[in-house]
Amino acid sequence: MQKERPLSPHLSVYKPQITMVLSITHRIMGSFLAISTPVLIYWLMAIASGPETYAELQAVFSHWFAKLFLLAWAFAFFYHMCNGVRHLFWDAGKGYDMENLYKSGYVVVGVASVLTLITVIVALNGGV
Amino acid sequence: MAEFTLPKNSRIEKGEHYPAPSGATNVRSFKIYRWSPDDDKNPHTDTYDIDMDNCGPMVLDALIKIKNEIDPTLTFRRSCREGICGSCAMNIDGTNTLACTKGVDECKGDVAVYPLPHMSVVKDLVPDMTHFYAQYASVEPWLKTKTPVSLAAERLQSKEDREKLDGLYECILCACCSTSCPSYWWNSNKYLGPAILLQSYRWLADSRDEATGERLDSLEDPFKLYRCHTIMNCTNTCPKGLNPGKAIGEIKKMIAERSL
Repeated sequence: MQKERPLSPHLSVYKPQITMVLSITHRIMGSFLAISTPVLIYWLMAIASGPETYAELQAVFSHWFAKLFLLAWAFAFFYHMCNGVRHLFWDAGKGYDMENLYKSGYVVVGVASVLTLITVIVALNGGV
Repeated sequence: MAEFTLPKNSRIEKGEHYPAPSGATNVRSFKIYRWSPDDDKNPHTDTYDIDMDNCGPMVLDALIKIKNEIDPTLTFRRSCREGICGSCAMNIDGTNTLACTKGVDECKGDVAVYPLPHMSVVKDLVPDMTHFYAQYASVEPWLKTKTPVSLAAERLQSKEDREKLDGLYECILCACCSTSCPSYWWNSNKYLGPAILLQSYRWLADSRDEATGERLDSLEDPFKLYRCHTIMNCTNTCPKGLNPGKAIGEIKKMIAERSL
Protein backbone atom coordinates (compact mmCIF):
# COMPACT_ATOMS: atom_id res chain seq x y z
CA MET A 1 0.00 0.00 0.00
CA GLN A 2 1.24 3.46 -0.82
CA LYS A 3 2.04 5.61 2.21
CA GLU A 4 0.09 8.77 2.91
CA ARG A 5 1.29 11.91 1.18
CA PRO A 6 2.93 14.49 3.43
CA LEU A 7 1.85 18.11 3.77
CA SER A 8 4.50 20.48 2.45
CA PRO A 9 5.99 22.83 5.08
CA HIS A 10 4.41 26.28 5.38
CA LEU A 11 4.96 28.55 8.43
CA SER A 12 8.28 26.89 9.22
CA VAL A 13 9.83 27.65 5.81
CA TYR A 14 8.04 30.81 4.64
CA LYS A 15 10.26 33.82 5.28
CA PRO A 16 8.32 36.34 7.43
CA GLN A 17 7.07 39.10 5.14
CA ILE A 18 6.22 42.59 6.40
CA THR A 19 2.79 42.07 4.86
CA MET A 20 1.98 38.99 6.93
CA VAL A 21 3.70 40.24 10.11
CA LEU A 22 1.64 43.45 10.18
CA SER A 23 -1.52 41.47 9.48
CA ILE A 24 -1.05 38.93 12.28
CA THR A 25 -0.04 41.78 14.63
CA HIS A 26 -3.35 43.46 13.82
CA ARG A 27 -5.20 40.29 14.81
CA ILE A 28 -3.19 39.72 17.97
CA MET A 29 -3.66 43.35 19.06
CA GLY A 30 -7.38 43.12 18.31
CA SER A 31 -7.75 39.97 20.41
CA PHE A 32 -5.69 41.51 23.19
CA LEU A 33 -7.94 44.61 23.21
CA ALA A 34 -11.07 42.47 23.27
CA ILE A 35 -9.78 40.31 26.13
CA SER A 36 -8.73 43.36 28.16
CA THR A 37 -12.07 45.14 27.83
CA PRO A 38 -12.99 44.14 31.44
CA VAL A 39 -10.08 46.27 32.64
CA LEU A 40 -11.62 49.25 30.88
CA ILE A 41 -14.97 48.44 32.47
CA TYR A 42 -13.30 48.15 35.89
CA TRP A 43 -11.69 51.54 35.35
CA LEU A 44 -14.98 53.22 34.31
CA MET A 45 -16.87 51.64 37.21
CA ALA A 46 -14.19 52.72 39.65
CA ILE A 47 -14.56 56.30 38.44
CA ALA A 48 -18.37 56.10 38.66
CA SER A 49 -18.35 54.68 42.20
CA GLY A 50 -16.60 57.65 43.76
CA PRO A 51 -13.24 58.77 45.13
CA GLU A 52 -12.58 55.77 47.41
CA THR A 53 -12.86 53.08 44.77
CA TYR A 54 -10.94 55.32 42.41
CA ALA A 55 -8.12 55.56 44.92
CA GLU A 56 -8.10 51.76 45.12
CA LEU A 57 -7.79 51.57 41.37
CA GLN A 58 -4.95 54.06 41.40
CA ALA A 59 -3.13 51.82 43.85
CA VAL A 60 -3.59 48.81 41.57
CA PHE A 61 -2.48 50.74 38.49
CA SER A 62 0.66 52.00 40.19
CA HIS A 63 2.09 48.46 40.23
CA TRP A 64 4.86 48.04 37.61
CA PHE A 65 3.09 45.12 35.96
CA ALA A 66 -0.13 47.13 35.60
CA LYS A 67 1.88 49.95 34.04
CA LEU A 68 3.46 47.54 31.60
CA PHE A 69 0.01 46.22 30.75
CA LEU A 70 -1.32 49.75 30.18
CA LEU A 71 1.65 50.50 27.92
CA ALA A 72 0.91 47.38 25.86
CA TRP A 73 -2.77 48.31 25.87
CA ALA A 74 -2.02 51.83 24.60
CA PHE A 75 0.15 50.50 21.77
CA ALA A 76 -2.38 47.83 20.87
CA PHE A 77 -5.12 50.46 20.79
CA PHE A 78 -3.21 52.88 18.55
CA TYR A 79 -1.86 50.14 16.28
CA HIS A 80 -5.28 48.60 15.81
CA MET A 81 -6.81 52.02 15.16
CA CYS A 82 -4.18 53.11 12.61
CA ASN A 83 -4.17 49.76 10.82
CA GLY A 84 -7.97 49.91 10.85
CA VAL A 85 -7.75 53.16 8.89
CA ARG A 86 -5.39 51.36 6.50
CA HIS A 87 -8.06 48.70 6.05
CA LEU A 88 -10.64 51.41 5.30
CA PHE A 89 -8.46 52.68 2.45
CA TRP A 90 -8.23 49.14 1.09
CA ASP A 91 -12.00 48.78 1.34
CA ALA A 92 -12.26 51.91 -0.79
CA GLY A 93 -10.00 50.21 -3.34
CA LYS A 94 -6.91 52.31 -2.64
CA GLY A 95 -3.30 51.58 -1.65
CA TYR A 96 -2.93 48.02 -2.93
CA ASP A 97 0.30 48.51 -4.89
CA MET A 98 3.41 47.10 -3.25
CA GLU A 99 5.08 50.50 -2.81
CA ASN A 100 2.13 52.07 -0.98
CA LEU A 101 1.54 48.86 0.95
CA TYR A 102 5.00 49.01 2.48
CA LYS A 103 4.77 52.78 3.02
CA SER A 104 1.39 52.63 4.76
CA GLY A 105 2.63 49.73 6.87
CA TYR A 106 5.62 51.70 8.14
CA VAL A 107 3.41 54.77 8.71
CA VAL A 108 1.02 52.70 10.84
CA VAL A 109 3.86 51.36 13.01
CA GLY A 110 5.43 54.83 13.24
CA VAL A 111 2.24 56.72 14.09
CA ALA A 112 1.14 54.08 16.62
CA SER A 113 4.56 54.29 18.32
CA VAL A 114 4.51 58.10 18.45
CA LEU A 115 0.94 58.18 19.84
CA THR A 116 1.92 55.58 22.46
CA LEU A 117 4.95 57.65 23.41
CA ILE A 118 2.82 60.81 23.73
CA THR A 119 0.36 58.90 25.91
CA VAL A 120 3.17 57.68 28.14
CA ILE A 121 4.62 61.18 28.51
CA VAL A 122 1.21 62.67 29.31
CA ALA A 123 0.47 59.88 31.80
CA LEU A 124 3.82 60.21 33.56
CA ASN A 125 3.21 63.95 33.92
CA GLY A 126 -0.05 63.35 35.75
CA GLY A 127 -2.46 63.57 32.83
CA VAL A 128 -3.83 66.49 30.84
CA MET B 1 -9.08 25.01 11.62
CA ALA B 2 -5.55 26.33 11.58
CA GLU B 3 -2.90 23.71 12.33
CA PHE B 4 0.38 25.47 12.83
CA THR B 5 2.59 22.40 13.03
CA LEU B 6 3.16 19.70 10.45
CA PRO B 7 1.56 16.27 10.88
CA LYS B 8 3.90 13.49 12.02
CA ASN B 9 4.41 11.98 8.56
CA SER B 10 5.36 15.42 7.20
CA ARG B 11 8.11 16.43 9.66
CA ILE B 12 11.32 17.13 7.82
CA GLU B 13 14.43 15.15 8.70
CA LYS B 14 18.09 15.62 7.86
CA GLY B 15 19.13 14.12 4.56
CA GLU B 16 22.26 13.45 2.52
CA HIS B 17 25.05 15.81 1.55
CA TYR B 18 26.52 15.71 -1.95
CA PRO B 19 29.77 17.72 -2.04
CA ALA B 20 30.94 19.67 -5.06
CA PRO B 21 33.63 18.20 -7.33
CA SER B 22 37.13 18.98 -6.06
CA GLY B 23 38.68 22.09 -7.53
CA ALA B 24 35.37 23.98 -7.76
CA THR B 25 35.83 27.57 -6.61
CA ASN B 26 32.37 29.08 -7.10
CA VAL B 27 30.25 26.74 -4.98
CA ARG B 28 26.64 27.28 -3.89
CA SER B 29 24.70 24.86 -1.70
CA PHE B 30 21.14 23.86 -2.54
CA LYS B 31 19.06 22.47 0.32
CA ILE B 32 16.24 20.60 -1.38
CA TYR B 33 13.08 18.98 0.03
CA ARG B 34 12.83 15.30 -0.83
CA TRP B 35 10.02 12.83 -0.34
CA SER B 36 9.29 9.66 -2.21
CA PRO B 37 6.15 7.52 -2.01
CA ASP B 38 8.28 4.44 -2.68
CA ASP B 39 10.24 4.16 0.58
CA ASP B 40 9.46 4.36 4.30
CA LYS B 41 11.26 7.64 4.96
CA ASN B 42 9.80 10.91 6.19
CA PRO B 43 10.44 14.03 4.10
CA HIS B 44 14.07 15.18 4.38
CA THR B 45 16.31 17.84 2.91
CA ASP B 46 19.28 16.80 0.79
CA THR B 47 22.11 19.28 0.28
CA TYR B 48 23.82 19.51 -3.11
CA ASP B 49 26.92 21.64 -3.56
CA ILE B 50 27.05 22.98 -7.10
CA ASP B 51 29.96 24.52 -9.00
CA MET B 52 28.26 27.66 -10.34
CA ASP B 53 31.05 28.16 -12.92
CA ASN B 54 29.58 25.10 -14.56
CA CYS B 55 25.89 25.89 -14.18
CA GLY B 56 23.31 28.29 -15.62
CA PRO B 57 22.28 31.33 -13.58
CA MET B 58 18.76 30.34 -12.54
CA VAL B 59 17.60 28.05 -9.74
CA LEU B 60 15.95 25.86 -12.38
CA ASP B 61 19.34 25.46 -14.12
CA ALA B 62 20.78 24.15 -10.87
CA LEU B 63 17.85 21.74 -10.37
CA ILE B 64 18.25 20.39 -13.90
CA LYS B 65 22.01 20.05 -13.37
CA ILE B 66 21.41 18.07 -10.17
CA LYS B 67 18.91 15.81 -11.92
CA ASN B 68 21.22 15.25 -14.92
CA GLU B 69 24.53 14.87 -13.16
CA ILE B 70 24.06 13.96 -9.49
CA ASP B 71 20.68 12.50 -8.65
CA PRO B 72 18.27 11.47 -11.43
CA THR B 73 15.55 10.72 -8.87
CA LEU B 74 15.08 14.41 -8.05
CA THR B 75 11.54 15.21 -9.18
CA PHE B 76 10.12 18.58 -10.16
CA ARG B 77 7.87 20.12 -12.82
CA ARG B 78 9.31 22.38 -15.49
CA SER B 79 8.53 23.23 -19.05
CA CYS B 80 9.03 26.61 -20.69
CA ARG B 81 12.02 27.82 -18.61
CA GLU B 82 10.97 31.44 -19.28
CA GLY B 83 8.25 32.24 -16.78
CA ILE B 84 5.20 31.69 -18.94
CA CYS B 85 4.03 28.16 -18.13
CA GLY B 86 4.05 28.31 -14.32
CA SER B 87 5.13 24.68 -13.94
CA CYS B 88 8.25 25.26 -11.83
CA ALA B 89 6.48 27.25 -9.08
CA MET B 90 8.07 26.38 -5.72
CA ASN B 91 9.23 27.90 -2.46
CA ILE B 92 12.77 29.22 -2.98
CA ASP B 93 14.74 31.10 -0.34
CA GLY B 94 11.61 31.49 1.77
CA THR B 95 9.14 32.86 -0.77
CA ASN B 96 7.14 31.36 -3.61
CA THR B 97 8.36 31.99 -7.13
CA LEU B 98 9.25 30.34 -10.43
CA ALA B 99 12.56 28.47 -10.38
CA CYS B 100 13.20 29.51 -13.99
CA THR B 101 13.07 33.26 -13.34
CA LYS B 102 14.72 33.25 -9.90
CA GLY B 103 18.45 33.91 -10.14
CA VAL B 104 20.70 31.93 -7.81
CA ASP B 105 22.50 35.22 -7.07
CA GLU B 106 19.22 36.65 -5.69
CA CYS B 107 19.35 34.11 -2.84
CA LYS B 108 21.48 34.56 0.25
CA GLY B 109 23.52 31.67 1.68
CA ASP B 110 22.24 28.15 1.10
CA VAL B 111 19.45 28.10 -1.44
CA ALA B 112 16.50 26.41 0.28
CA VAL B 113 14.03 24.81 -2.12
CA TYR B 114 10.68 23.43 -0.92
CA PRO B 115 7.45 22.54 -2.71
CA LEU B 116 4.66 25.15 -2.70
CA PRO B 117 3.62 25.49 0.96
CA HIS B 118 0.75 23.63 2.63
CA MET B 119 0.08 21.32 -0.29
CA SER B 120 -0.16 17.57 -0.52
CA VAL B 121 3.18 16.32 -1.92
CA VAL B 122 3.16 13.83 -4.80
CA LYS B 123 6.96 13.54 -4.84
CA ASP B 124 9.85 15.87 -3.96
CA LEU B 125 8.96 19.32 -5.35
CA VAL B 126 5.74 18.23 -7.05
CA PRO B 127 2.56 19.25 -5.21
CA ASP B 128 -0.89 17.85 -5.97
CA MET B 129 -2.74 20.64 -7.81
CA THR B 130 -6.06 18.78 -8.20
CA HIS B 131 -7.93 20.84 -5.61
CA PHE B 132 -6.52 24.12 -6.93
CA TYR B 133 -7.68 23.31 -10.47
CA ALA B 134 -11.09 22.18 -9.19
CA GLN B 135 -11.44 25.55 -7.47
CA TYR B 136 -10.51 27.24 -10.74
CA ALA B 137 -13.21 25.27 -12.57
CA SER B 138 -15.72 26.28 -9.88
CA VAL B 139 -15.59 29.97 -10.91
CA GLU B 140 -16.59 28.96 -14.45
CA PRO B 141 -13.70 30.75 -16.16
CA TRP B 142 -15.24 31.35 -19.54
CA LEU B 143 -17.23 34.07 -21.25
CA LYS B 144 -20.92 33.84 -20.41
CA THR B 145 -23.40 35.77 -22.54
CA LYS B 146 -27.14 36.06 -22.97
CA THR B 147 -27.41 38.48 -25.88
CA PRO B 148 -27.28 36.51 -29.09
CA VAL B 149 -24.84 37.61 -31.78
CA SER B 150 -24.34 36.26 -35.25
CA LEU B 151 -21.83 33.43 -35.31
CA ALA B 152 -19.94 35.36 -37.95
CA ALA B 153 -19.53 38.43 -35.73
CA GLU B 154 -17.11 39.12 -32.92
CA ARG B 155 -18.15 40.46 -29.53
CA LEU B 156 -16.54 43.85 -29.67
CA GLN B 157 -14.90 45.68 -26.80
CA SER B 158 -13.64 49.25 -26.60
CA LYS B 159 -9.94 49.86 -26.01
CA GLU B 160 -10.77 51.26 -22.57
CA ASP B 161 -12.75 48.16 -21.63
CA ARG B 162 -9.97 45.92 -22.91
CA GLU B 163 -7.48 47.82 -20.75
CA LYS B 164 -9.45 46.78 -17.66
CA LEU B 165 -8.19 43.23 -18.24
CA ASP B 166 -4.54 44.26 -18.09
CA GLY B 167 -2.91 42.84 -14.99
CA LEU B 168 -5.50 40.05 -14.94
CA TYR B 169 -5.14 38.09 -18.17
CA GLU B 170 -1.39 37.66 -17.59
CA CYS B 171 -1.97 35.27 -14.68
CA ILE B 172 -0.44 31.86 -15.45
CA LEU B 173 -2.08 30.00 -12.54
CA CYS B 174 1.24 28.94 -11.05
CA ALA B 175 -0.35 29.05 -7.55
CA CYS B 176 2.56 30.96 -5.99
CA CYS B 177 0.13 33.52 -4.55
CA SER B 178 -2.48 31.12 -3.20
CA THR B 179 0.14 28.97 -1.46
CA SER B 180 1.78 32.07 0.07
CA CYS B 181 -1.48 33.07 1.75
CA PRO B 182 -1.81 32.04 5.43
CA SER B 183 -5.57 32.27 5.10
CA TYR B 184 -5.42 29.77 2.21
CA TRP B 185 -3.15 27.52 4.29
CA TRP B 186 -5.77 27.27 7.04
CA ASN B 187 -8.94 27.32 4.92
CA SER B 188 -8.11 26.07 1.43
CA ASN B 189 -11.01 23.63 1.63
CA LYS B 190 -13.50 26.52 1.48
CA TYR B 191 -11.56 29.69 0.65
CA LEU B 192 -10.81 30.07 -3.06
CA GLY B 193 -7.48 31.85 -2.57
CA PRO B 194 -5.91 34.78 -4.44
CA ALA B 195 -5.15 33.07 -7.78
CA ILE B 196 -8.68 31.79 -8.33
CA LEU B 197 -10.24 35.06 -7.13
CA LEU B 198 -8.04 37.06 -9.52
CA GLN B 199 -9.21 34.74 -12.30
CA SER B 200 -12.77 35.22 -11.16
CA TYR B 201 -12.33 39.01 -11.28
CA ARG B 202 -10.88 38.68 -14.79
CA TRP B 203 -14.41 37.66 -15.92
CA LEU B 204 -16.20 40.12 -13.64
CA ALA B 205 -14.14 42.94 -15.17
CA ASP B 206 -14.80 41.83 -18.75
CA SER B 207 -17.27 44.20 -20.45
CA ARG B 208 -18.44 41.34 -22.72
CA ASP B 209 -19.40 39.00 -19.88
CA GLU B 210 -23.09 39.08 -18.94
CA ALA B 211 -23.08 36.86 -15.85
CA THR B 212 -21.69 39.41 -13.39
CA GLY B 213 -24.65 39.07 -11.00
CA GLU B 214 -24.53 35.27 -10.86
CA ARG B 215 -20.75 35.32 -10.47
CA LEU B 216 -20.99 37.71 -7.51
CA ASP B 217 -23.84 35.66 -5.98
CA SER B 218 -21.71 32.54 -5.97
CA LEU B 219 -18.80 34.36 -4.29
CA GLU B 220 -20.92 35.97 -1.59
CA ASP B 221 -20.51 33.56 1.32
CA PRO B 222 -18.36 33.66 4.48
CA PHE B 223 -15.51 31.60 3.02
CA LYS B 224 -14.99 31.68 -0.75
CA LEU B 225 -14.12 35.38 -0.89
CA TYR B 226 -14.21 36.84 2.60
CA ARG B 227 -11.45 34.67 4.08
CA CYS B 228 -9.19 37.23 2.41
CA HIS B 229 -7.99 39.49 5.23
CA THR B 230 -5.81 41.65 2.99
CA ILE B 231 -2.64 40.01 4.29
CA MET B 232 -1.12 40.77 0.86
CA ASN B 233 1.49 37.99 0.77
CA CYS B 234 -0.05 37.17 -2.62
CA THR B 235 0.88 40.42 -4.33
CA ASN B 236 4.23 40.41 -2.55
CA THR B 237 5.19 37.06 -4.06
CA CYS B 238 3.57 37.03 -7.54
CA PRO B 239 6.37 36.18 -9.99
CA LYS B 240 4.48 37.97 -12.77
CA GLY B 241 4.14 41.22 -10.79
CA LEU B 242 0.34 41.03 -10.73
CA ASN B 243 -1.89 42.19 -7.88
CA PRO B 244 -4.33 39.47 -6.73
CA GLY B 245 -4.92 41.37 -3.47
CA LYS B 246 -6.26 44.35 -5.38
CA ALA B 247 -8.42 42.13 -7.59
CA ILE B 248 -10.01 40.62 -4.46
CA GLY B 249 -10.54 44.15 -3.09
CA GLU B 250 -12.34 45.05 -6.33
CA ILE B 251 -14.66 42.03 -5.99
CA LYS B 252 -15.49 43.02 -2.40
CA LYS B 253 -16.20 46.54 -3.65
CA MET B 254 -18.49 45.25 -6.42
CA ILE B 255 -20.49 43.24 -3.88
CA ALA B 256 -20.71 46.23 -1.53
CA GLU B 257 -21.70 48.62 -4.31
CA ARG B 258 -24.47 46.49 -5.78
CA SER B 259 -26.29 46.42 -2.44
CA LEU B 260 -26.23 50.22 -2.12
